[in-house]
Amino acid sequence: MIAGFTVAQVIVACVAGLLCTVLGLARRRPNDLTLGALVVVEVLLLAQLVIALISPALGNHPVGSVPLFYVYLVSALLIPPAAVFWALIERTRWSTVVLGVAAFAIAVMAVRMQQIWTP
Amino acid sequence: MSGAQNTETPESAASGTAPARRAGAGVGRVLVAVYAILALAATGRSVFQIIDRFGEAPVAFLLSALAGVIYIVATVALGARLRTLALVTISIELVGVLVVGTLSLVAPALLGLHSLDPFGRDSTVWSAYGAGYLLVPLVLPVLGLLYLRGRTARGSARGATPQAKA
Repeated sequence: MIAGFTVAQVIVACVAGLLCTVLGLARRRPNDLTLGALVVVEVLLLAQLVIALISPALGNHPVGSVPLFYVYLVSALLIPPAAVFWALIERTRWSTVVLGVAAFAIAVMAVRMQQIWTP
Repeated sequence: MSGAQNTETPESAASGTAPARRAGAGVGRVLVAVYAILALAATGRSVFQIIDRFGEAPVAFLLSALAGVIYIVATVALGARLRTLALVTISIELVGVLVVGTLSLVAPALLGLHSLDPFGRDSTVWSAYGAGYLLVPLVLPVLGLLYLRGRTARGSARGATPQAKA
């Protein structure tokens, strides 16, 4: 993992989380902006997966447990699609808040993944 | 502008139920989502700990797994509006996080814990009142019980919701 990339990912996830939570509480139903924010979060997670797969070959080895790292990463990869799926089925303002909660969860998980990679 | 007009109407119009109940159900959806994430976190961690190093702290890891299962059941119960089941599982969570949280700080040896680090090798979802999970395990059952109580109060006031009859 690259610390700088994780920092960027955490910032993006927090911004997405804040955006969705605020808009949801402001009674906005899921729209292109909020759903798109979660798509961005997911794309960054996929980039994180690619980085994690390539890094060891370039000499950047994880210090912590590799299986645990991937448990986190795979779980994280599932959360934004689940939240988006939910928002598409149940188009209420609370689904927008759920999108925000999912984004915040990704921010926390990204921090944990970085901690596992470099304790 | 457009946000105000397209919020509540489709919700209540869709099923023809009382608006108050629908609004309450709305907040409940967020609660279900948070529960689902916590269930994933607790179960994932405990399964990994049990497979990877069960011998290190079996009591703690089994408690972790139990917590994970209870979070899953609570998530389903809240999502499917099974009030009694939700009440029971959420109450177990509150007792669990308080008892295990206290034990982990006062008598960690009793749980077979080697350190107090909430992110440590043998920490559980309930260790140190869930500090490793941003104290969400401590706050969530309280919110869950308040939510269920609010729904009951609304339900009996109206006397017509399925929850009040069940």
